Amino acid sequence: MNSNPHMLEQNFRPDTEQALDLQALRADFPALHQEVRGHPLVYLDNGATSQKPRSVIDAIRHYYERDNSNVHRGVHTLSERATLAYEGVRKKVRNFFNAASIREIVFVRGTTEAINLVAQSYGRPRFSTGDEILITEMEHHSNIVPWQLLCQQTGATLKVVPFNEAGELDLDAYHELLGPRTRLVAVVHVSNSLGTVNPVAELIAAAHQLDVPVLVDGAQAVAHRKVDVQALDCDFYTCSGHKLFAPTGIGVLYAKEALLADMEPYQGGGDMISRVSFEETRYNDLPYKFEAGTPNIAGVIGLGAALDYLEPLDMTAIGAHEDELLHYATTQLQALPGIRLIGTAAAKASILSFCIEGVHPHDISTILDGEGIAIRAGHHCTMPVMTHYGLSATARASFALYNNRDDVDALVAGIDKVKEIFQS
Amino acid sequence: MNDMRDLYEELILDHNRNPRNYPKKPTDCNCTAHGHNPLCGDEFIVNLTVEDGVIKDIGFEGAGCAISTASASLMTEAIIGMRVEEAEKLFGEVRHLLTDDDENEQQEHGDEEVLGKLSVLKGVKEYPMRVKCATLAWHTMHAALLGDKDTTTE
Ligand SMILES: Cc1ncc(COP(=O)(O)O)c(C=O)c1O
Repeated sequence: MNSNPHMLEQNFRPDTEQALDLQALRADFPALHQEVRGHPLVYLDNGATSQKPRSVIDAIRHYYERDNSNVHRGVHTLSERATLAYEGVRKKVRNFFNAASIREIVFVRGTTEAINLVAQSYGRPRFSTGDEILITEMEHHSNIVPWQLLCQQTGATLKVVPFNEAGELDLDAYHELLGPRTRLVAVVHVSNSLGTVNPVAELIAAAHQLDVPVLVDGAQAVAHRKVDVQALDCDFYTCSGHKLFAPTGIGVLYAKEALLADMEPYQGGGDMISRVSFEETRYNDLPYKFEAGTPNIAGVIGLGAALDYLEPLDMTAIGAHEDELLHYATTQLQALPGIRLIGTAAAKASILSFCIEGVHPHDISTILDGEGIAIRAGHHCTMPVMTHYGLSATARASFALYNNRDDVDALVAGIDKVKEIFQS
Repeated sequence: MNDMRDLYEELILDHNRNPRNYPKKPTDCNCTAHGHNPLCGDEFIVNLTVEDGVIKDIGFEGAGCAISTASASLMTEAIIGMRVEEAEKLFGEVRHLLTDDDENEQQEHGDEEVLGKLSVLKGVKEYPMRVKCATLAWHTMHAALLGDKDTTTE
């Protein structure tokens, strides 16, 4: 195993578990406390979606029971409450990401919509034949297909930065591919199938030397790392609430104000205009220009509650705790014969993809499910990554702040069962 | 653990380890189709030789999980020598065994005698997400007989 000095340093920091009072944290997540097929649930599919703390569920319930009404549209009390709550969350998101202004925070359905928005509103009016969009071989389909559509629409070309056997980006190739024709770089912060943490600050700095803006897909990063968009100096940052302890159907696009101000609206409709006549329509101010129609108000409220939940917790301590678990799990799995780890980058976060010789990942997942253990099996919406390794699927365990060593021990025992059944 | 053995019975594990009529494409093959389960990436090609409405020979290629591989392998053993209508009827039985599909109401339900060894697939019913694995080869066989080149389990 290759060791990341940072990871090791954090691994053995003795105060991590205390700092995070794990037992108390687990108690906050109702869904964790149930039996599945006669066993206590061991939830290791956080990469797909995280569980929600009680406070998030309560906030949504409270909104529907007390404050439900449309936002930005009424002067009655309920509408005022809903609007204040909704806009209050925008401030929380701004703080969470350390964005310069709330005008840079656009609520969207999730990462997928955020990337499509940038492709269509930023890329479509600007790009043309000869222009290049630079992505990487480890992108999620949602950071590939919107760019392919854009290429079909504009004549631009997609360029792909490869990665090595460990799952680390080929930085030399990146610097070579980045050139005068590059109009945008779109790169995943933490890979959902390999766990690789990409050196995004370095990638951004290089792109900015050529005045190329950079979109960072932060879907797998935000629940595990402190993200400071100003420190990264990224131009666009995208994430999904549901992987951050918030509900599904809500996500965030962060974009630098100067870029947003210059971009075309994504969708037309109510809320995104300041004045409409049949001759001319004037768009609303930022960020409302990009939020057409009645938004997912309850989702935004839930996201706010999730950020409130995280607020007193130290993201660095959460990251350190997860790194320790990942290290523990990696060491255990490596010791088992017939296991192949997919993604062994020096810098990794919270994700452990693996294969068991002679057993298809779907069979692994079904047998683990029989033990109450939830993992993901499949291509993880990263088919090019599967192709790279000559696989059709992997099994993936992914951790969140509430996981602990018992979960890893259960996984290892479950893998023994898989091997026992398949070796008989 | 015990219920896992109900799903992964020895017969299934055996057909997964040593799939019959695999990888095989009969030289005189005249019906073939490619089947794909986009959910998990399982992919099979089913190759048949059909003469005078009778399945004279069959083989399959590709790769999938234990459930889909064993089901494909068992299918090849079951339908070789059958008339096309009989094979289609058997597909209906298998589907019924796995899903309680009302489409097949007219047929005798999950007839163990008709199904024979295929009854081993019954454990899959408890795992709705895996039913598509068990039916992939059957859908592909069906598509091949109809003359469709590609099919998915969607
Ligand atoms: C790295 C990455 N990007 C994008 C997405 C898409 O997120 P969503 O489906 O929430 O839009 C995911 C989630 O599956 C992901 O892991």
